Amino acid sequence: MIEAQDLTKRYGDKVAVDHLTFRVEPGRVTGFLGPNGAGKSTTMRLVLGLDRPAAGRATINGRQYAELAQPLRTAGALLEARAMHPGRSARNHLLFLAQTQGLSSRRVDEALDLVGLRDVARKRTKGYSLGMGQRVGIAAAMLGDPSVLLLDEPVNGLDPEGILWVRNLMKQLASEGRTVFVSSHLMNEMAVTADHLIVIGKGKLIADCSTREFISRSSEKSVLVRSPDAGRLADLIAAEGGKALAQQPSDGQAAALTVTGLEAPRIGEIAAGNRIVLHELTPQLASLEEAFLELTAGSVEYGAGEMPAAGAPAPAGTTAPGSGQ
Amino acid sequence: MTAISPPPASPSSVTATARPAPPPAHRTGFGVLLAEWTKIRSVRSTLWTLVIFAVVSLGLTGLFTWLTLNALGNDNNGARDSGIITDPVSFILGTGLGLGQLAICVLGVLVITSEYSSGVIRASLLAVPRRYPMPLAKGLVFAALVIIVGEIVAFCSFFIGAALVNGHEFTRTARVAGHAVTVHGTLNVSLSQPGALRAVVGSGLYLTVLGLFALAIGALIRHTAGAITAVIGMVLVIFPLADLLPGSWGAHVHAYLPTVAGQLITQDKPTAGQLLSAWQGFGVFCAWTALLFAAAIVLLQRRDA
Repeated sequence: MIEAQDLTKRYGDKVAVDHLTFRVEPGRVTGFLGPNGAGKSTTMRLVLGLDRPAAGRATINGRQYAELAQPLRTAGALLEARAMHPGRSARNHLLFLAQTQGLSSRRVDEALDLVGLRDVARKRTKGYSLGMGQRVGIAAAMLGDPSVLLLDEPVNGLDPEGILWVRNLMKQLASEGRTVFVSSHLMNEMAVTADHLIVIGKGKLIADCSTREFISRSSEKSVLVRSPDAGRLADLIAAEGGKALAQQPSDGQAAALTVTGLEAPRIGEIAAGNRIVLHELTPQLASLEEAFLELTAGSVEYGAGEMPAAGAPAPAGTTAPGSGQ
Repeated sequence: MTAISPPPASPSSVTATARPAPPPAHRTGFGVLLAEWTKIRSVRSTLWTLVIFAVVSLGLTGLFTWLTLNALGNDNNGARDSGIITDPVSFILGTGLGLGQLAICVLGVLVITSEYSSGVIRASLLAVPRRYPMPLAKGLVFAALVIIVGEIVAFCSFFIGAALVNGHEFTRTARVAGHAVTVHGTLNVSLSQPGALRAVVGSGLYLTVLGLFALAIGALIRHTAGAITAVIGMVLVIFPLADLLPGSWGAHVHAYLPTVAGQLITQDKPTAGQLLSAWQGFGVFCAWTALLFAAAIVLLQRRDA
């Protein structure tokens, strides 16, 4: 388990991590989500004792990382930046790490087997691709068979096969009861990998909930309705407590409404009960990407001005935090 | 499912917290030493730098000694000629090793700055989060390596020089009480003459401490180019130039500078006006190095990695 208490880090007068408190539970994959520059890597470095926090503390299984006698046996980490000497072989890189932990060289070979690099392990890492480098990093993280894993953007630079492999590895590690904490700025990747999400923006906690809850909570579900009698339907919907927003009718199509506050079956019943013809009745499910953009709008470090939610009509009444930016 | 092999040696659940108990602390210390040895031997720059050190030191010792002996036959005897006559042991140990020492400086800097430039430092500190055992182990392993190579090269330098020098006859004019006197003599050096063995062994010791000095500077500066420039600038330019400082104040400052003091142990005879003895000078050099090393460790404990 990883716990952060009021964790804060400043670089000069810039606050990189702003009073973060969260808990990463074992037995599931916890995604650590945020736009670039949100403070994900800094948070991981604080948890791992590489950076000193300005305030607060972080613990792994109840102890600060620096207090762990042989830390790689408790926590394994893959950090975003490559951390290998180009002139040293992957095997020697893992070997020196193993020696600091009193681990045997047999364990090094096992870790190399796990990531499928045994054949090239004696070559200098200079010639490794980005994906091979990531695999060495994962082998290093797995070296001590740790119960806690922190992976910073592990799928960076991997091909689709590699991405699938990492995804399944993380799921398996979590199913074995380990704590898996994985950062990403790719929402869709997290949607298929993470059971739980911790979302930050500008160093602040935005959300800490299950992935499913995150999607439904952050974006109101809406239903697209098309009808030649849209005006009457809108009134009926409003009478039922729903909210209907007229959409710009496109050429040759019936007028459309975006309805929030009512589910599609209920709208269908209203229409049938009032003998209104429907041309379309489509529930609009927000993708994780949209949910994320909505949530972090206003907390993007380097925003490109107005950011329209891609394709989706912005549901009325939903105020994204800090959308006044 | 897909092609993921289960993590080996992990008995399928974390109830496997029945992991082997971590070995006691002294074993961990040994592990960190072992790890530093693995690091240093597993990059080619170590071997190449040491080869360059040996080739430059031995080659230049032979070349300079030979050239100087040849020049002795000519009439235009310079200061260097008189150096080889008045103190041949210091001459032999001062020429090749004087340049070869730069390779040791470079290696000392590289063993630590390459960790920063490649990012290995993060892996190292994740493995040793208390941090200070890492530079201590690195210093120990590096010192052990340099003292072995340094002593071998120092002895070989001496024997090469001795082989060239011994039996060489010379004639030179010296000024004694205002009169020009012609002196004839035969050069002869051996390890059994006073101070010679200490100077040869001392050369290896000097190189070892110099390597640690460079390592400490590298740990403080954390950038290869900057640290190499700083160390070589100090050893070759700044410290020797301090000799030009005026007065007895200047002479004292100069005498106590790290490598100026440290090099005294590589000379078999004290020079006129020498403020420190050979071993005192070595002690001063060790103190400087220990101070810088301590500063480097304090900063390592404090800084973000």
